[in-house]
Amino acid sequence: MKPIFKPGASVIVSNREVDGHKRTPTYIRGKSGVIERFCGSFRNPESLAYGGDGLPRQPLYRVRFLQSHVWPEYQGSFTDTVDIEIYQHWLEPVS
Amino acid sequence: MSHDHHHGPTIDPERLAYYQRMATAVRELLIEKGILTDAQIVATIKKMEARGPALGARVVAHAWVDPNYKTRLLLDGSAGVEELGIPVDGTRLIVVENTEEVHNLVVCTLCSCYPRNILGLPPDWYKKAAYRARAVKEPRAVLAEFGTVLSDSVTIRVHDSTADMRYLVLPARPAGTEGWAEDKLAALVNRDSMIGVQAAKEPEQ
Amino acid sequence: MKRGVHDIGGLPNNQIDQSEHDYALWEKRIDALLVLLASEKQIMRVDELRRGIESLDIDAYNELSYYERWIASIAKILVEKDVITSTELEARMAEISTRKTTS
Repeated sequence: MKPIFKPGASVIVSNREVDGHKRTPTYIRGKSGVIERFCGSFRNPESLAYGGDGLPRQPLYRVRFLQSHVWPEYQGSFTDTVDIEIYQHWLEPVS
Repeated sequence: MSHDHHHGPTIDPERLAYYQRMATAVRELLIEKGILTDAQIVATIKKMEARGPALGARVVAHAWVDPNYKTRLLLDGSAGVEELGIPVDGTRLIVVENTEEVHNLVVCTLCSCYPRNILGLPPDWYKKAAYRARAVKEPRAVLAEFGTVLSDSVTIRVHDSTADMRYLVLPARPAGTEGWAEDKLAALVNRDSMIGVQAAKEPEQ
Repeated sequence: MKRGVHDIGGLPNNQIDQSEHDYALWEKRIDALLVLLASEKQIMRVDELRRGIESLDIDAYNELSYYERWIASIAKILVEKDVITSTELEARMAEISTRKTTS
């Protein structure tokens, strides 16, 4: 898989239902953020967790989210963020 | 919903004995089948015990005294750490810097990912539910529990260590340490300051 | 959305208990087992360890200590992969409980 998002691009985390092991936390599903950096491509844990080879490798990004967007009741500075590593197949472009 | 009550892990001697038996049985069976040896287990434990916060403190102190090194370290954490002769064994390390404007805090909400090669094994609280559940949503309250109170003008960046990267916080260099040697500076850098729940220690007056 | 037992980011929880304990030998041995099986021997992956832990029921997940969860998962995955069988594991555990001293 080729990386399709550039740093600074706006993305939204998929809300689709996926059974089994995954590394995308529930609290960030459906939230939008900005690509902070591309981290490289890695074997897919959703396959590795079941003895698979994890191929094709998935591009991995750090995505930055505003805390006040992630948690509507957030108490703290408006500029506070949470950065999360998310694989490309969980990300959709914001149109 | 089932998350309303939180017992947290308990110590149950009978249950502990059961899982210790399971661990012994698995280890013995793997050795008997020739999959691994007792010597390998002993060596692996020894290697693990050699890793600890002192390694991270060396990295931080060196970054404090050498701005060019700090730049390289922030650009590529793994390469920066290896530059000091500390093996990272393939760990992809990202170093994040605390400044007057930004404070970084590391958590792994899904399990307990931690830069073990540089900091050793994580403290109990890092692995338990209370920290994992709360650090990501109420970092200021969590920091306050560790005695770290930050003004609203400081931006808090929480890093949820969900995949292949590991994180080390580069704490801010305390005031009053100008001209200090690296090993003296390293003594101010404790584990918690590299997770981000505290600042580096202040020099004693 | 179904939330796994481990997927707790943002859920309400208690004040953080900051007490710490020194890792005991049995815990270090379990840690070393996983390191060897995952890195050196490539018999199981850390991802499989995680999946095994996540498949614990919620009471077990919340009440077991960290390395109790680990060995439960390691044993499950090794049985799944036929590296060991559940029969020999049970037999060995029973035999160990008859030994005079446990290590």
